[in-house]
Amino acid sequence: MDPRKLRLGFLLAAGAIVIALLLSSGPRAPSLMSPPVIWQATAGAGLLFLCAAWLADARSMTFGLAGTALAGGATLAMLRNPAIAGSAGAGFWMLVVAAWLASALCVVNLAALRPVRIDRQNILNILVPLLFAAAVFYLWEVGVRGFGVPPVLLPSPSAAAIKFASSLPMLGADFVQTFVRGVLIGYAIGCGAGLLVAILAHRYAFLGRGLLPLGNFFSALPLVGIAPIMVMWFGFDWPSKAAVVALVTFFPMLVNALTGLSASGHIERDLMRSYAANHSQSLSKLYLPAAMPFIFNALKINATLALIGAIVAEFFGTPTQGIGFRISTEAGRMAIDMVWAEIALAAVAGMGFYGLVALAERAITFWHPSYRT
Amino acid sequence: MPSGSLMRYPWVERYAPLATTVLVLIAIWYVAAIAMNLSLVRDAFEREETAYALTDMISGTLSAKRPLLPAPHQVAAAVYDSVFGYSPLAPRSLVYHSLVTLTATLLGFVLGALLGIVLALMIVHSRVLERSLMPWIICSQMVPILALAPIFIVVLGALGLHGLLPKSIISAYLCFFPIAIGMVKGLTSPEPLHIELMRTWSATSRQMLWKLRWPSAVPYLFASLRVAITISLIGAIVAELPTGAEAGIGARLLAGSYYGQTIQIWAALIASAVLASGLIGIVGLVERGVARRMGAH
Repeated sequence: MDPRKLRLGFLLAAGAIVIALLLSSGPRAPSLMSPPVIWQATAGAGLLFLCAAWLADARSMTFGLAGTALAGGATLAMLRNPAIAGSAGAGFWMLVVAAWLASALCVVNLAALRPVRIDRQNILNILVPLLFAAAVFYLWEVGVRGFGVPPVLLPSPSAAAIKFASSLPMLGADFVQTFVRGVLIGYAIGCGAGLLVAILAHRYAFLGRGLLPLGNFFSALPLVGIAPIMVMWFGFDWPSKAAVVALVTFFPMLVNALTGLSASGHIERDLMRSYAANHSQSLSKLYLPAAMPFIFNALKINATLALIGAIVAEFFGTPTQGIGFRISTEAGRMAIDMVWAEIALAAVAGMGFYGLVALAERAITFWHPSYRT
Repeated sequence: MPSGSLMRYPWVERYAPLATTVLVLIAIWYVAAIAMNLSLVRDAFEREETAYALTDMISGTLSAKRPLLPAPHQVAAAVYDSVFGYSPLAPRSLVYHSLVTLTATLLGFVLGALLGIVLALMIVHSRVLERSLMPWIICSQMVPILALAPIFIVVLGALGLHGLLPKSIISAYLCFFPIAIGMVKGLTSPEPLHIELMRTWSATSRQMLWKLRWPSAVPYLFASLRVAITISLIGAIVAELPTGAEAGIGARLLAGSYYGQTIQIWAALIASAVLASGLIGIVGLVERGVARRMGAH
């Protein structure tokens, strides 16, 4: 990034802090910066931004990040003061602007770096989105609490986090009900059945030609709509959720696996024939390995679909447990922080599940060109 | 393979497997309907203490009023009845509910497509956004976004928004992702050779976009649009569930499940299937038209 722009940006951030300090030295000073620590942190942040502006190169990033942390910490500490939370003045917002500007400069600069070493590049690829997310969460927190947004509309992330930490047993029970029982069992059944039918359809071409258009058709349908019927058939408890998940995951697996099984080349198939391999041998040695990237593609698609299917099925009736049940009842009671805690749980479960599938993919299809860079 | 002589005709070869599979599935459906409704019907007969034969029971399973699994012809009759039996705007008409869902789907689809394309353009033109935003766009898809639907409805309801818009926002949120990802892929798909050629003509980045990147992204755009429109439909249907909406396919599903009206649920499912395939078909037609205009063969 252009050093002049960088210098200008950090100078602006430092200027915003000076304005904040000046504004806070007025009649309302004791309330804004009441413990001296906050005043010191703010002044320190200003100094760090000045240093960053003076250097205006790669080193200024360290100063900028440290200053951002100080300024952000100062604003968060200020929000503990009930006189500021909900009716924050201009001085407070100048400080927030300074923190935001400095963090934006750091993120932009880090993203523009092109380190030569691959491991540094990897660190950067993780660091930049993390910083971006931290900035978003910071602005969310400060905005919600500074403007005093009613928690019914949008709780602050910290409120949701506190709720999360304080209701761990309930969240754990919901997780077991929805994820371990509903999602995992249904996912195993649906993906397994899809793979088996695909192998059969690959063996008997007549079946394959009949099933492929149907599979394409069904995988484009809003299959979650089958949920009320499954609840009627299998009752309120987890079997109905597992059934919905199995149905939703079946067709993507069927279509993808069928495509993958016919992905092996002519030369390889001829080679298998010249070895006089029978069908099960060529299946285990050629067709299935060649289909693995496609199968994992379906497994990854299904990881998301399965969680959605289970949660939607819970909207149609559950025992008094489960992520979907909790979301719909707590939303009805306007306990939005609990809803966000459940969403965080679902998000963590979803990402963890997806991550595990992706790791397994890396381990099994290590030979695929996309992993051999 | 059966009957080698018939398979000479290309249309037989093409459609025979599909038709056989569909017929087998319908046959399985009938058998399952008889098997699943059997105890229901037997209980009814025994309560009335009338003498009955096996044929009575079987015909009873296929015409039960609230069967566990309605037979295909019952579903077909229900669909026919609720499509043609009422005026299209009567609240009992399936056409009316489909239209309600369709408007939410289309609005959400348009919003989502615009959002996805704009995001893709921003990501392609800014390295910062590519690095910081892209991972989160991908992460957002591992989150079961439908779980957000009730909150969206509550929050938007508190802001005074009811009816169409909250549903469309949920569909848009669901369907922007495949479009954004597909368009990023498409906009970065021109070969380096072509990009360098544009550079030698000192093309501005806007010219580069309109004359090179956009045309080469069009096939990717339509591939993602086809995925996105079904997702958008799913979003609209699911968004109708937690709101207790009075109209729409999702509302029909919910009402059917509350009152045990299985035939109504199946009819609503058929309606959603028809909507989904119709929408995909329309996107496919537009795609073919655009491809022809762009000079594809």
